[in-house]
Amino acid sequence: MRLDAKIPAGPVAEKWDLHRFGLKLVNPANKRKYEIIVVGTGLAGGSASASLAELGYNVKTFCIQDSPRRAHSIAAQGGINASKNYQNDGDSDWRLFYDTVKGGDFRAREANVYRLAQLSGNIIDQCVAQGVPFAREYGGQLANRSFGGAQVSRTFYARGQTGQQLLLGAYSALSRQIAAGKVKMYPRREMLDVVVIDGQAGGIVARNLVTGEIEKYSADAVVLATGGYANVFFLSTNAMASNVTATYRAYKRGAFFANPCFTQIHPTCIPVHGTYQSKLTLMSESLRNDGRVWVPKKPGDKRSPSQIPESERDYYLENKYPSFGNLVPRDVASRNAKEQCDLGKGVGETGLAVYLDFADAINRDGRDVITKKYGNLFQMYEKITAENPYETPMMIYPAVHYTMGGLWVDYNLMSTIDGLFVLGEANFSDHGANRLGASALMQGLADGYFIIPYTIGGYLAANTKKQVSTDHPAFKESADRIESGVKRLLSIKGKRTADDFHRQLGNIMWEYCGMSRNDEDLIKARKLIRDLRGEFWENVLVPGSDKDFNQSLEKAGRVADFLEFGELMVIDALARRESCGGHFNEGYQTEENEARRDDENFCHVSAWEYKGEGKDPELNKEQLAFENVKLTQRSYK
Amino acid sequence: MTKTLNLTLKVWRQNGPDSMGRLETYNAGDISTDMSFLEMIDVINEQLTIEGKEPIAFDHDCREGICGMCGTVVNGRPHGPEKGTTLCQLHMRHFSDGDTIVIEPWRSRAFKIIKDLVVDRGALDKIIQAGGYVSVNTGGAPDANAIPISQDTAEKAMDAAACIGCGACVAACPNASAMLFTSAKISQLALLPQGRPEAATRAIAMVRAMDELGFGNCTNERECEAECPKEISIVNIARMNREFFKAAFFSEVK
Repeated sequence: MRLDAKIPAGPVAEKWDLHRFGLKLVNPANKRKYEIIVVGTGLAGGSASASLAELGYNVKTFCIQDSPRRAHSIAAQGGINASKNYQNDGDSDWRLFYDTVKGGDFRAREANVYRLAQLSGNIIDQCVAQGVPFAREYGGQLANRSFGGAQVSRTFYARGQTGQQLLLGAYSALSRQIAAGKVKMYPRREMLDVVVIDGQAGGIVARNLVTGEIEKYSADAVVLATGGYANVFFLSTNAMASNVTATYRAYKRGAFFANPCFTQIHPTCIPVHGTYQSKLTLMSESLRNDGRVWVPKKPGDKRSPSQIPESERDYYLENKYPSFGNLVPRDVASRNAKEQCDLGKGVGETGLAVYLDFADAINRDGRDVITKKYGNLFQMYEKITAENPYETPMMIYPAVHYTMGGLWVDYNLMSTIDGLFVLGEANFSDHGANRLGASALMQGLADGYFIIPYTIGGYLAANTKKQVSTDHPAFKESADRIESGVKRLLSIKGKRTADDFHRQLGNIMWEYCGMSRNDEDLIKARKLIRDLRGEFWENVLVPGSDKDFNQSLEKAGRVADFLEFGELMVIDALARRESCGGHFNEGYQTEENEARRDDENFCHVSAWEYKGEGKDPELNKEQLAFENVKLTQRSYK
Repeated sequence: MTKTLNLTLKVWRQNGPDSMGRLETYNAGDISTDMSFLEMIDVINEQLTIEGKEPIAFDHDCREGICGMCGTVVNGRPHGPEKGTTLCQLHMRHFSDGDTIVIEPWRSRAFKIIKDLVVDRGALDKIIQAGGYVSVNTGGAPDANAIPISQDTAEKAMDAAACIGCGACVAACPNASAMLFTSAKISQLALLPQGRPEAATRAIAMVRAMDELGFGNCTNERECEAECPKEISIVNIARMNREFFKAAFFSEVK
């Protein structure tokens, strides 16, 4: 199949305006005749639901939690970028666009990224109008900070809770539409299938997580905003319920999955402390501005950090990258931490950690200055680890926290299934092979507030309205399939829990398809995943019944999908015979151990097409054209 | 230093909203002091599953204290004994070997039990739907810097906006009042100029919704403030009362 991204003609800065003008409109009086399903209530889904309902569409919104206010967007700490140039420091749409394309290691679509930059300012306006309490200067103007190594201050923030405040803004707009009767809200529902009728998305089938009923919902268009799949690694900074099921099941119905191997690993997380660990906690990467990363020179040195003299410490980032030192980008810092631990130089009880030491910074600047900068982070660290980072070095280790891959979408954010739109982290479009800090919130809200309201209208207006109802046999076929899948999970009655399988899958993904990959490991991983999947379907133990509130059953269904999806990630990683951004294949690196891209052969999006159970997926390529940004090689020495 | 604990848990088990509940006793052996409280329940649940029993149902999601999904009453205190801490951020090092820990769901007429420790907090969403927003459609917002807001005001609004909607304030209150929750949203929007045009309607509608949903009144026990994991101050309740009286006496809003 030839992928048509539907990128509008014209100069990149004018594409969106020209495209909006070209899109057909739905008459205001006709909007109320359309039903739209939105799955997910994070920044993308929440803002889309509210904005579509404001336009007059009838919206049915679904979320997995007990309330739409709890989606995982809420956990984002740092901030949201916008090219407002309030600081007069040289920012512009062009600069934000350029930084994002380059940061993504030239694997994102120029037209989408430019539009994102163009819309970034509108997002801030909208959120302020809703009453989002962004940080302010003494004069009452909005405050900005520089973030993630950007050379301009374009990040807006609300303490360390920016994601929470933006999400509560979208949730308030959504609540207003629920009260107005334009959104019907379905909490504690898990989407288990997209229903496709004559090639068009006609609705979804979901499980009511309280009663266990399998429910059918029809619509004229379906919007997925179900987030990323980082939990395929079991341990990640994602919330416990974050999963791949909605997007993976859409993939099985014909939506292509793009660049699944592009995952981002964040270098400064609190290390794993035991096998019972359920998730990881991120610490802001700003800590590397003052902390020095080191490990003992001698492998297996178990002395406490204070007993290791200066001469026996290896400040490996400073030694290896003299000009950037501790401030190398996320992927480089992460890979080097793993390398040190693999050499047996890791610290802490598990040996899977490196020190981040503030002693020099405290001696130089004084404790007060450090407290002012990082006090809340030090406090959070102490709460979790019971260690005082003012006195003993912090221990950190990388963790998975974002996935750039997702369902393939065209410029209208529509997948390869007509009428199925995908927003936010669930799609692949804007971050290429690596996402920059403070860009996830921007993308989720741009998609939901300012893109989907236009493009979905264009789709609906161009299609003659067909009456879709849940009586259509496709709904029954889907519901029956789900029922039998649920019954099958419950009937196995094996000896291992779904969590146990998930943990093992996570280990495989982390070891062989994590921050540093090679062909041999990837081939091994594929076999290990297949074997584990085989065992899962013979030996999983799911307690309880299907017509009940059953968290074990929910979990088992998600793990079953992760066990298939993990293999797709490995297949994608093997097919991409280059290194770029978050995908580092050891066979493709520069002499400085940096990712070596192959722009001649791999300047494309890999979009995978499901070909049926037991069959290999088929690779479709969308060639990427860089007309405005010159392809260059990163270096940090 | 990591140690292990042996604990006795008494956990509220209830099959559904209409069934009788009971406290069941479980032994929790070899619990690492580095575990979070929810990880301890994970461990118990894995054991129960392997033994062929139904695991304990409990709500949780982000496990970093921000989503507001988790929360149970631990030894009589919502989110357990540590101040300003959600249950997912409470670590077992705050307990001692041999302790008995009683774990119960939030109790309030407005929060129906779904199963075991899981309750339906939909009533809190309904309070927000009654008016916890600024009525502004997407598009057409003025430039974000058009209205200056003093740093002090923005900070106070942020203090109130930090509420995670977990419901601990309701569980802590002897009257099962949702005043702290409701007042946090009313305060945030009353403090900001964007929220002023609707301040009177909002105060009346949200307070009315709160009453209709079965939440009790405030009798200044201050338990809500003491147990709030985000340490939201009852100053917000005072501000809500002022907004409510102003609206009721001096505005035309009914």
